[in-house]
Amino acid sequence: MTKYLTAPLSKEDCADLRIGDYVYLTGTMYTARDAAHKRMIETLDRGEELPVDIKGQLIYYMGPSPAREGRPIGSAGPTTAGRMDKYAPTLLDLGLGGMIGKGKRTQAVSDAIVRNNSVYFAAVGGAGALLSKSITASEVVAYDDLGTEAIRKLTVENFPVIVVIDSKGDNLYATI
Amino acid sequence: MREVDLQVITDTIREMCIEVNHNLSPDMKKALDDATNKEESELGKKILGQLQENLVIAKEEMIPICQDTGMAVIFIEIGQDVHFVNGNLEDAINEGVRRGYVDGYLRKSVVDDPVIRNNTKDNTPAVIHYSIVPGENVKITLAPKGFGSENMSKVYMLKPADGIEGIKASIISAVKDAGPNACPPIVVGVGVGGTFEKCAIMSKKALTREVGVHSEIPYVKDLEIEMLEKINELGIGPGGLGGKVTALAVNVETYPTHIAGMPMAVNICCHVNRHIVREV
Ligand code: SF4
Repeated sequence: MTKYLTAPLSKEDCADLRIGDYVYLTGTMYTARDAAHKRMIETLDRGEELPVDIKGQLIYYMGPSPAREGRPIGSAGPTTAGRMDKYAPTLLDLGLGGMIGKGKRTQAVSDAIVRNNSVYFAAVGGAGALLSKSITASEVVAYDDLGTEAIRKLTVENFPVIVVIDSKGDNLYATI
Repeated sequence: MREVDLQVITDTIREMCIEVNHNLSPDMKKALDDATNKEESELGKKILGQLQENLVIAKEEMIPICQDTGMAVIFIEIGQDVHFVNGNLEDAINEGVRRGYVDGYLRKSVVDDPVIRNNTKDNTPAVIHYSIVPGENVKITLAPKGFGSENMSKVYMLKPADGIEGIKASIISAVKDAGPNACPPIVVGVGVGGTFEKCAIMSKKALTREVGVHSEIPYVKDLEIEMLEKINELGIGPGGLGGKVTALAVNVETYPTHIAGMPMAVNICCHVNRHIVREV
């Protein structure tokens, strides 16, 4: 099913999504990958607050190439989500709304998705030039020193993703 | 003897870095075209269409094909009658990578130490494989390698008794494990023989062979063809979302080995299998 949704997603939207749904997202999302996740979890371990409020938000596992002059961002496709599996359940339990990446997740992540009525989307890996056309603005909001791995707030318009794990725990890859 | 100015090596590598990250080689483009014709799954077709659209945007608007512009892997074949002047070769190569990645708006994905992990901010150093060959030319092959697929690569220390069936089973097992992670449709580089490190380097080199060109050794060519068919029966498909096209090519390189062993490596590359060759 093809859907056009506003990001961040509402809990009702999440509950309605099913594996294989092709979704165009419009709104805002945050980027974070390996180094930012490590730092976020260390921050939480110290009992401190995260630099951005992730409640209900989408995290896109992505580190862009640099933007040329006059452009919001460079190439901007998904990175392999599995490397964030160690950190994702903690963030989901803190209220993270959903994740966008590519590739397999662990059972622990899938369980956390079900527990929190969340979602895992895949974007097409290796289509970074095309995907960048759906990003209209990008601003570094934390961890600037991490370069491409900084946390960015993206504004997106009809950003294409596919539901891979839904809130019932079904997994699109497992059906293949 | 021929003198080669290292400035020329630096300039050439700079250009190669920029070119290869924006413009996929004709063999890969053709392989993606053929794949689109072959794919039967609706979603698979749609994804392959997006990959082609992606290539057009990358080239026309100078946006890298993929945001992971890779770690620069360089194979450099140096004619034994070449004398480099004006610096040292390794510095000249890394300077080319540095300028290519900085000037070309390519992503800096290299950290200075595997544990401490500070980004070097210019994508250096490159991984360089040198070889000395007859003649007075320098042949440079650049293959930036993304790590979504690199992470799914494997070395197997097979036994002679495992035979060709062992090789086949290992290739299939590596591709299955990689699944959607390696950004299928993939290209599979295989190195068989030599030693632990030799087979790994061969598997990387195999990825730089033009897609569609087979090994000249008859049984290896048959292996390449059979493995491509078997992989495409796995159903992983474009983006790992199901379909007939999981791989675009299987390239196998071999080398003599020890009586006691049959090492092999499977280096998996995504559909953004970047390779470019220049002679100086
Ligand atoms: S595996 Fe290849 S296509 Fe996928 S993100 Fe990495 S470099 Fe890009």
